[in-house]
Amino acid sequence: MSGASNPSTPHHAAVEDAIALHAARPGGLMPLLHAVQERVGFIPPEALLRIAEVLNISRAEVHGVITFYHDFRTAPPGRHVVKLCRAEACQSMGAEALAQHAQARLATQFHHTSADGIRLEPVYCLGDCACSPAMMIDGRLYGRVTPERFDRLMETLEQP
Amino acid sequence: MTVTVYVPRDAAALSVGAQEVAQAIARMAAARNDDIRLVRNGSRGLLWLEPLVEVDTTAGRIAYGPVAPEDVAGLFQADFLSGGAHGRRLGLTEDIPYLKRQERLTFARVGLTDPLSTLDYEAHGGWRGLRSALALGSAEIVETVVQSGLRGRGGAAFPAGIKWRTVLNAPGKLKYVVCNADEGDSGTFSDRMIMEGDPLVLIEGMTISALAVGATQGYVYLRSEYPDAERTFEAAIAAAQQGGYLGEDILGSGRSFHLELRRGAGAYICGEETAMLESLEGKRGMVRFKPPLPAIEGLFGKPTVINNVITFASVPIILDKGAKYYADFGMGRSRGTLPFQLAGNIRHGGLVEKAFGITLRELLYDYGGGCASGRPIRAVQVGGPLGAYLPQSQFDTPLDYEAFAAIGGMLGHGGVVVFDDTVDMAHMARYAMEFCAIESCGKCTPCRIGSTRGVEVIDRVRQGERREDNVELLRDLCDTMLHGSLCAMGGMTPFPVLSALSHFPEDFGLPPVPTAGGRGVTQVKA
Repeated sequence: MSGASNPSTPHHAAVEDAIALHAARPGGLMPLLHAVQERVGFIPPEALLRIAEVLNISRAEVHGVITFYHDFRTAPPGRHVVKLCRAEACQSMGAEALAQHAQARLATQFHHTSADGIRLEPVYCLGDCACSPAMMIDGRLYGRVTPERFDRLMETLEQP
Repeated sequence: MTVTVYVPRDAAALSVGAQEVAQAIARMAAARNDDIRLVRNGSRGLLWLEPLVEVDTTAGRIAYGPVAPEDVAGLFQADFLSGGAHGRRLGLTEDIPYLKRQERLTFARVGLTDPLSTLDYEAHGGWRGLRSALALGSAEIVETVVQSGLRGRGGAAFPAGIKWRTVLNAPGKLKYVVCNADEGDSGTFSDRMIMEGDPLVLIEGMTISALAVGATQGYVYLRSEYPDAERTFEAAIAAAQQGGYLGEDILGSGRSFHLELRRGAGAYICGEETAMLESLEGKRGMVRFKPPLPAIEGLFGKPTVINNVITFASVPIILDKGAKYYADFGMGRSRGTLPFQLAGNIRHGGLVEKAFGITLRELLYDYGGGCASGRPIRAVQVGGPLGAYLPQSQFDTPLDYEAFAAIGGMLGHGGVVVFDDTVDMAHMARYAMEFCAIESCGKCTPCRIGSTRGVEVIDRVRQGERREDNVELLRDLCDTMLHGSLCAMGGMTPFPVLSALSHFPEDFGLPPVPTAGGRGVTQVKA
């Protein structure tokens, strides 16, 4: 296998774009991976070798970094990502009950994607601890989330 | 005449509808031909009142809150642009007791100004610290920070000036200044509020630090859970460069400092300074052995100043008003102020900046107003997921680094999470171990394995399986983690576990703490 740039690999343009922007920066792997994921939605496994070659590190090192951080994923997440806070402040305001409700409502579990394409992820603090419980939908923060508010928000996502 | 209306851009305000309120106000004003200037300020920190709308009147700034989008039509009808009477009217913002009784040094401008206006910043005392630093030599800047008594606000409370002195005296031309904005502790949001509400003060503080130690490149390591802070801070860097306050030839001095924001990727451990350095270098966030100290061998092996957001943001006022001004606040060896964050099950959650020495009880009841649920407060966790759980009997402890250490707790980053009497403390102890298992970097065994074993042992205790034996085993395991872990993650996870066990044994199926003349008089050290 070769890590050389190959225009026929999937997501070639997005990966090359991210490489052009970040590969030369000191400690550029993290911004590079973020850029790939922003463009593609995930880190395509085919991109690993190319990224490793450009940064002059081993493929194992790139793999090691991707798997260390919760944010990076190597498969498409679904249409929407819902992150529910499960940390202490939110727990004090009923986050555990909300988590049960969310899993029942979406008929899925944490780290999985619902039939409607809604990915449910746990998160440990969104910094909205005085407006608990908090959650994030596709990067947008919501506070004082009740089960009713959760259902209303899910209805807007479930519409195709 | 143009009326200035403020609607916060702070993420907490946005999370409860501030964006929709701002849009409704803009639409309604346009429809009525009212001449308004809409400023998206930081939050005043009265978070239970968000979205908090303010109007600049001849009498001062009048606050209305909490405002929902459907309240906006009524506000216009009540002539809120002239401060008119309305059910949501709170009076002059600065007269609201929660705010009026605070001592805001680091947060002096948050909520007052347009966060991205360098001129607004200057009009409210900004850039004065930087100007005085430019007139001083490196050693004099360092000495001023030493004299102020400022200690690291991220949790470890190490004297900032001493750290800067080490970097200044370290050999080598290339040095770095790194800001730890990986604010991962539940119950904390002061870093985020600064970066969204007064980002220029962080830029000014880091620039002063760079002048002090002779660095020309800096990084802010920001957690990925804060996209709003990221957007605002990137815009603030651009504004500061544009204004000549950052980049080449700062304010015509010939000195330069370049600042870059780097985003984390959801790993709590990267708030540990050496794991953060690894991450900044593009590696897994594995904790490094110390020594060498980062001040000697830090980022890319070079001498590096690492401080938390609040530490850097407290520096400009010290350089502006002098070390003594700052050191005159506080008690004992805890000088200055700390922005406390009241969070969780609390009626009046928000940001309270006070001099060290205020008691936990004052914070919880005088400011916080007790539990949001209306039930009694049972336990409070101070200092994040690695901080101890405190019972009522310890609420009179003054908020001071040494006083908290004396009761087996820590102030950490100033986060205070409140729980009412429905909390199951054995569950919270289990969660502390579980969180450690999820977030451990895996480098040292006590943390990597101990946390998983901890969850299992607590489960056995809760199920009543050989309870006494398993409690003893849990204490023994905590002892190993406490003394054998490489960093605070494994080393301090026992604090919430042991404090829960000692103060709330009944939740573990053990006999309650004996009370002598009142609940919980007996002091059980974690």
